[in-house]
Amino acid sequence: MNRRRFTQAALGALAAAQFPGLARAQAIANLKMMIPANPGGGWDQTGRALAAAMQSAKVAGSVQFDNKGGAGGTLGLAQFINTAKGDPNALMVGGMVMVGGILLNKSAVDLSMVTPIARLTSEYEIVVVPAASPHKSMADLMNAYKADPGKVSWHGGSAGGTDHILAGLIVRAAGGDPAKVNYVAAKGGGDQIANIIGGHVTAGIAGISEFAEHVKGGRMRALAVSSPERKEGIPTLKEQGLDVVLGNWRSVFGGPGLSAAQRDGLVGTVKAAVDSPAWKETLAKYGWDSAWLSGDAFKAFLDEDTKRVAAILDSLGLRK
Amino acid sequence: METLAALATGFGVALQPANLLWGVVGVTLGTAIGVLPGVGPALTVAMLLPLTAKLDPTGALILFAGIYYGAMYGGSTTTILLNTPGESASIATALEGNRMAKRGRAGPALATAAIGSFVAGTIAVVLLTLVAPVVVEFALKFGPAEYFALMVFAFVTVAAVLGASMARGLAMLFLGLLLGLVGIDDQTGQMRFAFGVPELMDGIDVVVLAVGLFAVGEALYVAAYQSRMGETLEKMSGSLWMSREDWKRSWPAWLRATAIGFPFGTIPAGGAEIPTFLSYAAEKRLTKRPEEFGHGAIEGVAGPEAANNAASTGVLVPLLTLGIPTSATAAILLAAFQNYGLQPGPLLFQSQAALVWGLIASMYVGNVLLLVLNLPLIGLWVKVLAIPRPLLYAGILVFATLGAYSLHQSWVDLLTLYVFGLAGFAMRRWGFPVAPAVIGLILGPLAESQFRRAMAISQGDPAVFLERPIAATLLALTVLLVLAPWVWKVVRERRALR
Repeated sequence: MNRRRFTQAALGALAAAQFPGLARAQAIANLKMMIPANPGGGWDQTGRALAAAMQSAKVAGSVQFDNKGGAGGTLGLAQFINTAKGDPNALMVGGMVMVGGILLNKSAVDLSMVTPIARLTSEYEIVVVPAASPHKSMADLMNAYKADPGKVSWHGGSAGGTDHILAGLIVRAAGGDPAKVNYVAAKGGGDQIANIIGGHVTAGIAGISEFAEHVKGGRMRALAVSSPERKEGIPTLKEQGLDVVLGNWRSVFGGPGLSAAQRDGLVGTVKAAVDSPAWKETLAKYGWDSAWLSGDAFKAFLDEDTKRVAAILDSLGLRK
Repeated sequence: METLAALATGFGVALQPANLLWGVVGVTLGTAIGVLPGVGPALTVAMLLPLTAKLDPTGALILFAGIYYGAMYGGSTTTILLNTPGESASIATALEGNRMAKRGRAGPALATAAIGSFVAGTIAVVLLTLVAPVVVEFALKFGPAEYFALMVFAFVTVAAVLGASMARGLAMLFLGLLLGLVGIDDQTGQMRFAFGVPELMDGIDVVVLAVGLFAVGEALYVAAYQSRMGETLEKMSGSLWMSREDWKRSWPAWLRATAIGFPFGTIPAGGAEIPTFLSYAAEKRLTKRPEEFGHGAIEGVAGPEAANNAASTGVLVPLLTLGIPTSATAAILLAAFQNYGLQPGPLLFQSQAALVWGLIASMYVGNVLLLVLNLPLIGLWVKVLAIPRPLLYAGILVFATLGAYSLHQSWVDLLTLYVFGLAGFAMRRWGFPVAPAVIGLILGPLAESQFRRAMAISQGDPAVFLERPIAATLLALTVLLVLAPWVWKVVRERRALR
């Protein structure tokens, strides 16, 4: 045992003594990871990176992924509720998009039916156009919108999600009617990227990391980011005269009907993964900010954020 | 030339003894897990992927390729022998493959599947090497309108050739479309036809439906009518291997299927199901022995299997050139790349040429190993069919049940399985074809969401399907396919009158 290992082990033991429920990370031999989106998007990246970090932290053995995209992740959520009842070896990725999707659709399943484990990351959004698009700035795009709102199609994740909300906020900030936004929902991931690169839609919205590689590769042009400061040299919405700042958060949930001990076990397992060097590399690679919040604190945040998102959706007139 | 040199280097790495050994291990494991009914390639690969984590990148990719091809072939084996397809892309294989097995020709069916996969895989790798950058530009031209036109094309061509009676085929197709509507609508999140049953919210699983209709329905039918059927399973007649005629009938099917499968794999929402069905439809139309279709025509196995393999290699085109994963397997590959800190995408070919070509070479070596290892095993596999009929069908029921349960560990899936098993029994009893229902369930939801996206982009103007050249061409082809036989008949009758 080298010194570093020893220190870690000692710190671990100390933590275990102080927080008996938290620190004992239980190893899961066969982890089931529900990703309620198609391959290639932000939730897919989150789920696969978290599983890899769990493996590198030796708290998970084999991982079985299940991609089930559509309707703000509620399809995957429905399947998760059906199959993970009382299963302490199952996790599901989720986040703000799911909160909005559930509200907008008056979904029959919601996040109160699963067990909140932890909020993992936050990330700002990016607005892009295909490389061949005539729009060089947000002003160009908004002029096109004002000329004919229906002609500007916005391609993002599920209806009611963060991407949809951002489109609504941008249009409102430019003095337009958010209800007129021609929003085309994707199930997230590869499909959406191909539709934007192929020029089938006017503009695309997603988390910065989802489009970063394609912006660098020159197939998409970034018009704006939704952060308060510039990211990767891309101008903010604010400095282009659109007073909008919007972040997105992503999280993991456990199955319905977990006991308090099972929940704490999962929190400990995820925490062990989040503390691993592998996860830190992931955060740096994708440009995600850590936003750790677990257990009851996360649950309280979730309730608050549900109200906040509902208020935004109402103010945008998207919820009917 | 640079490309070829790079590929040669890739092969140099892939063919090192240690790497070859990993390939052998992968193929063996992949086949062993893949033969379990209800376990498709994506699941097999996901289960076995952790094995690759401990190896260096090249070894891991070769092991992965072995597992992947082994899993695909293992799935075809159960599909042919037991009529229990493990994923939607093997459903077309079940149509003729299982009939061939029943007629004592399981050996040639398995052989044409293995060799066809190999041939298609080889050609697809060559295409990937030479034309990837060009093909991807074309593939990007497919937007929602084009996809919808493509689905209409697939529906019509496939529905037109399945079953003896058009009316019965269409009835079953619409049953499948109706079943596809069950669950949460993926555009608006609204519940449809779920009747408040929470287990129905995520829809009906196509594998459960297929195994229920095919395998359970069949087992029930055999149980009910065995005494009256008279004939028994034919003993293995003739050679285990493909005869001269089998070869002659198989190779054009392999080539046509590759031509159909590869481009489908490259378009970002193409998938492997549509090309397998289109290949089946093409073979049925072009065959010189239409009477054999429905009773075990070798072209009907050779085509879909080759198409499946070509499509899954085609999936590498958008993955490697654009960094867009378009299938579950591609997503796993992407994760494997990311484990090594690599981001597939436009820059990958330049920045990580060795690894990319190593991967392509690995896929190829995996294909070859599969052929080498599995052809000698065919003799062993077909012995499964020598099991006495009551035991065999009882075994199929057990495996079908296990397979359906292993998908989501849900008893509702089992109930669904048996309800559709009974439906499959009734459909067989009264002569309704089963396959169109399955096709409807697979393609219906896809076509619907592409249609709605296209209409949203065009603001509700249906002219979008005619204004875009690719979509319009596909729709025109569809109309032609429907009208041509009829026009042809009228013309011939006129001539006869003269």
